[in-house]
Amino acid sequence: MTRYVIVGAGEAGTRAAAALRDAGEGEVLLLSEEPVPPYERPPLSKPDDEHGFRKPVAVDLAGIELRLSTRVVAVDRAEGRLETEAGERIAYDRLLLATGARPRRLAVAGASRALVLRTLADAEAIDARVRAGARATIVGAGLIGLELACTLRRRGLEVAVVELAPRALGRAVPAELAERLVARHERQGVRFLFGTEIAAIEPAGVRLADGNLLAAEIVVAAIGVEPETALAATAGLPCANGILVDSTLRTADPSIWAAGDCAAIDHPRYGRVRFENWRMACDQGAFAGRVMRGEGGTFAALPWFWSDQWDLSLQIVGLCDPARCAVHRSLGADGLVRFELDGTGRLEAAAALGPAALIGREIRLAERLIERAVACPSDLLADPGADLRRLLRG
Amino acid sequence: MPRWIDVCALEEIEPEGTRRFDHEGRTFVIVRGPGEEVFCLDGLCTHEKVHLAGGLVIDGVIECPKHAAQFDCRTGEVLMGPACVDLRTWPARVEGGRVLVEV
Repeated sequence: MTRYVIVGAGEAGTRAAAALRDAGEGEVLLLSEEPVPPYERPPLSKPDDEHGFRKPVAVDLAGIELRLSTRVVAVDRAEGRLETEAGERIAYDRLLLATGARPRRLAVAGASRALVLRTLADAEAIDARVRAGARATIVGAGLIGLELACTLRRRGLEVAVVELAPRALGRAVPAELAERLVARHERQGVRFLFGTEIAAIEPAGVRLADGNLLAAEIVVAAIGVEPETALAATAGLPCANGILVDSTLRTADPSIWAAGDCAAIDHPRYGRVRFENWRMACDQGAFAGRVMRGEGGTFAALPWFWSDQWDLSLQIVGLCDPARCAVHRSLGADGLVRFELDGTGRLEAAAALGPAALIGREIRLAERLIERAVACPSDLLADPGADLRRLLRG
Repeated sequence: MPRWIDVCALEEIEPEGTRRFDHEGRTFVIVRGPGEEVFCLDGLCTHEKVHLAGGLVIDGVIECPKHAAQFDCRTGEVLMGPACVDLRTWPARVEGGRVLVEV
């Protein structure tokens, strides 16, 4: 009987475990270094009404052997065996590394005073310090920083966001959408300091490079993540901003796969790339589970992510590039879609901000138009009255 | 006692279109197929209680506009996350050009 072992019980690990279990053959062992049962990460920065930020993973784990508080420190590839921090040895036939990513730390004096947000324990640490009227400073105007700004502001805190770059969301979100989103935050009283360098995290708050102090009881560093590759690297598997895998998510070792935030995949559309979003992690995990039990195929899913802030939904499909030819479509008073086309008029990416009921459907259509490489006339994309389903029906 | 309720004229819902229908404190989504077939499902996504009306309908599947959970229009079954609970479905039919549901 094949023994499948998965290191990491986040989105990718749990979906892989479920896919392997569904095959009904072999044993599935899921190892988590966290002490709590698997949970969903999106609510950590944007709690929902039903669960708050503590939402159990949306996957049935029946039939999967789950071990918590189990930290794997070494992979003996020659023997097909893992070693845990507690000294236990665990044999595997096929191994999936779904080790995720860890928050990047600030490189300034007092950096350890800043909280981070990645795990349930991190969310609890922030939650424990929340008091109405308290002051929070978030370092980094990325998605996690902005989602947390919204969540803390809603809970009655004074919130400031400090960002070294001249604008928010510089990595993945087009400028015109980021500007609108920042304006929405500002209307709610969130303060932004762009192009601002910090010098230290002090007990009283954040010391800026110009000498001023941003007084805060809560300081959170939200400056991105780094893939968790230490285990793979010490096992001699090639890593470069992620564990290198081929287009089937297999590493250089034919018995070991990697999926989710830790994996630098070879994507047929984008080449070598590493993603950091919920659906990619789920999709890669489920795919890895299927290929580990012997199914064929190439992993070619498009990246799609959402962020919910205030009453606005941000959704992007594909990878945006400011240099690309763009067509805008306005939807109602607050909705804007940016379609990005390649040189032949085919859709490469689409980004939208607005009420979910207006923009969600456009992005879902855009995803299909990208997948099917449909040529999209600009005038149709720009016309809010034109039903884009027409393009799909050809 | 459930009874057939008149929602609207069929022509008020475009093919592969949706319509929100509120009745006695509950909310539903009416989905029209490519032809004259109609379906009635619970109106809120089981993931985060978002109204499904306005969601994209393609090939008998409705997608939540917020986080893209997919449901089978006929059975209410979740086809893709983030939702993991099926939608309840209700009888729906077209009679004399009117959409009727039994809820």
